[in-house]
Amino acid sequence: MNIIVTIKQVPDAANVRINPETKTLVREGVESMMNPLDAYALEEAVRLKEKLGGKVTVVCMGPPMAEAVLREAISLGADEAVLLSDRAVAGSDTLATSYALSQTISKLGGYDLILGGKQAIDGDTAQVGPGIAVNLDIPQVTCVRKVRECADGKMVVERMTEEGYDVVEVTLPAVVTVVKEINEPRIASLKGKMAAKRAQIKVMTAADIEADLTRLGLKGSPTNVVEIFSPDARQGGVKIEGAPEEQAKSLVTALKEAQLL
Amino acid sequence: MPIKINKETCVGCGACVSQCPFGALSLVDNCAFVEETKCKFCGKCATVCPCEAITVVKEEMEAKDDLGSYKDIWVFAEQKKGQVAGVSFELLAKARELASQKPNTVWAVVLHDGSNAAICDELIKKGADKVLSVSAPELKDFDDLTYSNVLYRLAKERRPEIILCGATTIGRALMPRVAVMLKTGLTADCTQLHIDPETGLLIQTRPAFGGNIMARIRCQNTRPQMATVRHKVFAEMEPDASRSGEVETVPFNKEDLSLRSKVLEVVENIGEQVKLTDANIIVSGGRGMKGPENFALLKELAEALGGAVGASRAAVDAGWIPYAHQVGQTGKTVCPKVYIACGISGQIQHLVGMQSSDVIVAINKDPECPMMKIANYAICGDLFEIIPLIIKELKK
Repeated sequence: MNIIVTIKQVPDAANVRINPETKTLVREGVESMMNPLDAYALEEAVRLKEKLGGKVTVVCMGPPMAEAVLREAISLGADEAVLLSDRAVAGSDTLATSYALSQTISKLGGYDLILGGKQAIDGDTAQVGPGIAVNLDIPQVTCVRKVRECADGKMVVERMTEEGYDVVEVTLPAVVTVVKEINEPRIASLKGKMAAKRAQIKVMTAADIEADLTRLGLKGSPTNVVEIFSPDARQGGVKIEGAPEEQAKSLVTALKEAQLL
Repeated sequence: MPIKINKETCVGCGACVSQCPFGALSLVDNCAFVEETKCKFCGKCATVCPCEAITVVKEEMEAKDDLGSYKDIWVFAEQKKGQVAGVSFELLAKARELASQKPNTVWAVVLHDGSNAAICDELIKKGADKVLSVSAPELKDFDDLTYSNVLYRLAKERRPEIILCGATTIGRALMPRVAVMLKTGLTADCTQLHIDPETGLLIQTRPAFGGNIMARIRCQNTRPQMATVRHKVFAEMEPDASRSGEVETVPFNKEDLSLRSKVLEVVENIGEQVKLTDANIIVSGGRGMKGPENFALLKELAEALGGAVGASRAAVDAGWIPYAHQVGQTGKTVCPKVYIACGISGQIQHLVGMQSSDVIVAINKDPECPMMKIANYAICGDLFEIIPLIIKELKK
């Protein structure tokens, strides 16, 4: 089974801060990391490979420094890693990104399954997975919390919904995006770390994937950002003091007065 | 590249460096330098440069279509078992408001199995001018491929100017497909929508970088303009019995049925509990709950308030409560009227999932923790003592 896992390098959210004076993002000292939800997709891919045999290839679009997350993926069990890195993709929105990634994937040859996290934690769009599915003309299931079966060119999975879950059968190849309930990712082994050091990361350009340049970057992006602003920071409110009984009473009174109850 | 810095006129004052929302600019050899991978091309640097040394070359997608021929606002009316999702009604009300800014017909588009005969009427009473109804047994449950095929075909033929949909599990699986099929833009998870009075374009506001930054986004040169929108950011209309509208029924085209995916079973396992995303009040517990048994206390409080129970990642990872309850970056984003955080310190990953709640109540031992600092009502004390007293107070 040939499995592709799409991963993204994102800033570590725990460290993303806003400069209170300029209201801009402070990047200094902010580490980059693998999008946490992609780690679950990778783990699921490695588990499927361990059970069914085959190969796991991780694919990432980003600047040359994104190589770090690909090496991390190798340490966690991926066999091969591909980085699409080209100035032509800078400024791509989700339409252009899903085109670029699907072109990259189609250049890699056969695949049975494409896995990814439900969404990336910087953009939070959840749009690239479905976009890849449309471009490659394959089915999709999003927000998958469990793989029940995977055999004979078919998969049965559980899609998490607001009320519970749906059991969905899908023919392969397909795009499947996962939520964190699906598994518990492993920690890199020493052997994995050694493999990561030695691994060759295949770097591809827009020319390598034979992309239509008008479909990449800002030119290929129908949406654009017209303004960026800082949300009004939430100001603290009232401290409810007193004995516990008084605190409880004051809260209920305050909520009732505000017609919230 | 779209950002050009004139090295001759740049005086190295650094005004742009401090103003760049993304930290993409720095001074190199006393001249501004833009790091392309961080730049989002917002152009703020050019507006603050005192020497006009920065120019933004607006590279944009070319318009290849007759954009003026697109008309009407569509709201995708998401239904499960014939019941329309609350967010769809909220969007109908918002679409009415947008249509008052720029005259337009508001359509509700519903794909269903016809089990609820009143569904179209309900959509009209709550804001739709017209309803486009596709009814077939095959459309009972949401299927990514079938639904996107149907919606794509309709949009391709009828050319709506705007399509809005709730940012639900279904909406966020369906809309990205339809947008890519139509080769147009889609903005995810918006919290604000308005029509730009100058251009008539839909301006879509959404949080990015975990809510640290808000971005206004537009889709200038392709149509339809598409957005998924969070629940509870707009209010739905009271049903207006005097409203009447036209229902247009379109037959289901069997070619649109997916042969490659199939919903085998729909399982509802949250029982009688209120859905987290629908709840007006959420009672949420974190590490301070100390163990799984104590979530019964939160459930009791939630029941007394008619709300739902949420949790922080710490509580979920400890196995105290299922993942379905997790609020935050890797869980659900919620915006209830009241969010009561019990024993949750308020790490950024949790805050991004709930900080747009109308009112935040924090109950915590530590008065200095982030949650207590942003709370509208901060109660410092022992939650095991205070919560039962609140329940008692509510039952009076």
